[in-house]
Amino acid sequence: MEPILFTLFGAIAVGGALLVVTRKNPMSAALSLIMSLFAVAALFVLRQAHFLAAIQVIVYAGAVVVLFIFVIMLINVPENRLPIEKPTVYRLLGVVAAGLLMIEGGLASRNFSAPATAVGEVGSVEAVGHALFTDYLFAFEVTSVLLLAAVVGATVLAKKKI
Amino acid sequence: MVSALSNIHEYLWLILAFPLAGVVLNGIIALVAERPLLLPADGHGHDDHGGHGDAHGGHHETPAYRKLVAFIAPGMIFAAFVVAVLSVLQLTRMPAEARTVVQTLFPWIQAGGLSVSVALQLDPLSSVMILVVTGVGFLIHVYSVGYMSHEPAFARFFFYLNLFMFSMLTLVLGSSYLLMFVGWEGVGLCSYLLIGFWYEKDSASTAGKKAFVVNRVGDFGFLLAMFLVFWNFGTLNYTDVMAKIPSLQHSGILTTGLATAITLLMFVGATGKSAQIPLYVWLPDAMEGPTPVSALIHAATMVTAGVYMVARSNALFMLAPFTMGTVAVIGAATAIFAASMGICQKDIKRVLAYSTVSQLGYMFLACGVGAFGAGIFHLMTHAFFKALLFLGSGSVIHAMSGEQDMMKMGSLRKHTPITFWTMFIGTLAIAGIPGLAGFFSKDEILWRAFSSDHGSPFLWAVAAVAAGTTAFYMFRLIFLTFFGASRMDKEVEKHVHESPFSMTIPLMVLAALSICGGWLGIPAALGGSNYFEKWLEPIFEGGHKAAEAATEAIGHGAMAHHDPMEFILMGASVAVALFGIAIAYYLYMVRPEKPAKIAEGNPNLYRLVYNKYFVDELYEWLIIRRIVDWSIWLWQMFDVQFIDAIVNGVAKTVRSAGDETRKIQTGVVGNYAFSILLGAVFIVGYLIWR
Amino acid sequence: MMGPSAYLILSGILFAIGAIGVVARKNALIILMSVELMLNGVNVAFVAVGSYMGDPTGGIFAFMVMTVAAAEAAVGLSILIAIYRLKETIDITELSVLKW
Repeated sequence: MEPILFTLFGAIAVGGALLVVTRKNPMSAALSLIMSLFAVAALFVLRQAHFLAAIQVIVYAGAVVVLFIFVIMLINVPENRLPIEKPTVYRLLGVVAAGLLMIEGGLASRNFSAPATAVGEVGSVEAVGHALFTDYLFAFEVTSVLLLAAVVGATVLAKKKI
Repeated sequence: MVSALSNIHEYLWLILAFPLAGVVLNGIIALVAERPLLLPADGHGHDDHGGHGDAHGGHHETPAYRKLVAFIAPGMIFAAFVVAVLSVLQLTRMPAEARTVVQTLFPWIQAGGLSVSVALQLDPLSSVMILVVTGVGFLIHVYSVGYMSHEPAFARFFFYLNLFMFSMLTLVLGSSYLLMFVGWEGVGLCSYLLIGFWYEKDSASTAGKKAFVVNRVGDFGFLLAMFLVFWNFGTLNYTDVMAKIPSLQHSGILTTGLATAITLLMFVGATGKSAQIPLYVWLPDAMEGPTPVSALIHAATMVTAGVYMVARSNALFMLAPFTMGTVAVIGAATAIFAASMGICQKDIKRVLAYSTVSQLGYMFLACGVGAFGAGIFHLMTHAFFKALLFLGSGSVIHAMSGEQDMMKMGSLRKHTPITFWTMFIGTLAIAGIPGLAGFFSKDEILWRAFSSDHGSPFLWAVAAVAAGTTAFYMFRLIFLTFFGASRMDKEVEKHVHESPFSMTIPLMVLAALSICGGWLGIPAALGGSNYFEKWLEPIFEGGHKAAEAATEAIGHGAMAHHDPMEFILMGASVAVALFGIAIAYYLYMVRPEKPAKIAEGNPNLYRLVYNKYFVDELYEWLIIRRIVDWSIWLWQMFDVQFIDAIVNGVAKTVRSAGDETRKIQTGVVGNYAFSILLGAVFIVGYLIWR
Repeated sequence: MMGPSAYLILSGILFAIGAIGVVARKNALIILMSVELMLNGVNVAFVAVGSYMGDPTGGIFAFMVMTVAAAEAAVGLSILIAIYRLKETIDITELSVLKW
């Protein structure tokens, strides 16, 4: 069962991602991004990471992409003012480099095998919550500081009169 | 007191520590109290004869710090003198063979085979030197307090003077050639600083530089000699070097050639420091410094360092007959050459300067004929009477409100009786009148120049003529300055006065020493015991022994037996001196118009002598001009076209490379991201395929 | 039961596509979205390896990455708004005042 679902959602995720980087209109790109992110959430479920799948949907699709869409609509760049994207040697090089990185990543992970121990419920609410509030408590608390800084920074930057 | 310091030799370091304390204290005072003088804005206070102790600069309250300096500087030297006297007294109570005390203070340099400690060596030779240096030095310090009383940079002067004393005592007390070299350079530095003490005066700062540069030539020789000694002996300590001479001679390492090389290089150093031909040119110009400096450094102590070095290395010199001959010939030549230059000088201090060069020539003549003891003896008596003469001339200059030209003096005898009498005694002493210090030492040298294995009648004749010339020009100085009609400016004449006690008392003490100083070394021929010679014997017998071993010479005991010749020569030299005095009397007292006529009659000869044989000009043309031309060539060809071209080329290359490579910085974030991506590709690639 | 290699390769593909977006696009909004894609690709790797190893640390890492992504999106978008107000453009090639 898993290979079939993996292939399906993996294909959706990759297709969404490709759409994101190829759409001229940012709104189309944002909607493609949501598709990709949902597919990844499904992959998380496939790996028994239910909590993370939920977070993925809520935070990414629900908050981040919505923020993108807000901004797209807020600044509302007219179609004719959008950057003109032309194929150049430089861009080709960029694609080649990224392709090389992909191939290297594939080569590196080709023979990766997990130990034969039983797969626990590592992605469940209980497991993540336990780890988060014991071993990684400090990192978790620091995250709150990071978010606070992001809130303050975003507010200050986006204000009309600073 | 004596019981508490039962072994005063453990306190030898105090002899150095006291002047050093003076250096530190006076240096601090000079920095704190005389700071305004160091700033460039200060222009006044140094007019034409600004520092010459002009007594008429107006009386105002002496600042407290000056009183403190006037107490510290001579006080420290006096303390050192007391320690020196106590040390030497204890040395006399020891058996003659054991009179070498080495006190190691701390290890200094430990590198490879080189091991040098800061150690002090007290033996008969250095004991003579420390007594002369601290004793005469103390008197000159006292004198300077009076002489420099109107000098704004009072503390700076004594700071330099104490630093000089410290360096000089390091030079004579050090137990190794390296420590001697430290003192050697230290006194050179102080000499430079003190000659250029009135550095606003162009001639003074130039003279300071000249002294420094000329001395550098000599120092180079000394350094090379030191390298040779270390290379072959493996040590620089006097005692070790002397102890190794026989064994090295035996093993064939220490050949006559090597000894000649070492000693000739040492002698190059000595000619620089002790103003011998060909490096004497700096000493006459050094008279630009304050007169106490001329007395202390350029007459009594520093310039004798070369003699001390030669005497210290006597065992090596005795192994090199060629060097001995060179030393003797250079000494005799300098003696007569400098004496002849002194005849025509008009500046009172320059006469004394040439006299000093000439007398130093005598000392080297003595060393060159193997009579090191006589050389050191003359060094001591010369320190007394030449310091006296310089201080007396300073007193005259003080009285004349800074005038140094003897042609503008005359009849000062009435105004400055103490100066006159003391200077007269000094002149008698230097002229070699029997009974005074100079007679005994000079005659000893003349006799040994004649009779020694290394001597010859020719050397004696040259030295005797020089002695007569010395008598002539010294009495010329006395007659021109103190006798005859007054040739003073009217304004100056009103102010002529005797110097204060702080200046006249040192004069009187030195006059007494100039009379009695020679009695230490009355030769056996005159019924004396020549105590001085015996005192130094332990130092020099090693050299004689080594020389005998090298040459298989026999009958070196000639010095002991009585020779009627000695009396004949003694009489001859006295006669020559009296003859010189008589000529001076005739020319400057009986027929005062005659000298000008003689000069007019032989204009070329007069010009030659008056201009010091144009030696300075010759050096200028022969050496300095060449070096300057070569330096200009190096500057224009090598420096500008080669070195600068390399430097500029590198800069241009880097600049143009930067001009091109900075275009990578496009300012577009995507391009930077691409760089990161490329980096990631390479790093991951490396991790996979490593 | 399939091994972790497939997830890792998928993660690499997502990351590379995101990287292409970042490097090749001019539209600042798309670039920011591509950055989100790259972060997501990394998250896939974290979660997959964490679950195969039976270690919750992978999940925690993914969680932290999401937090950072959210903060980054907020700050990045506000900068974008500020720039657009000032320059009236979202073309990054026109925002090159820092060039040589």
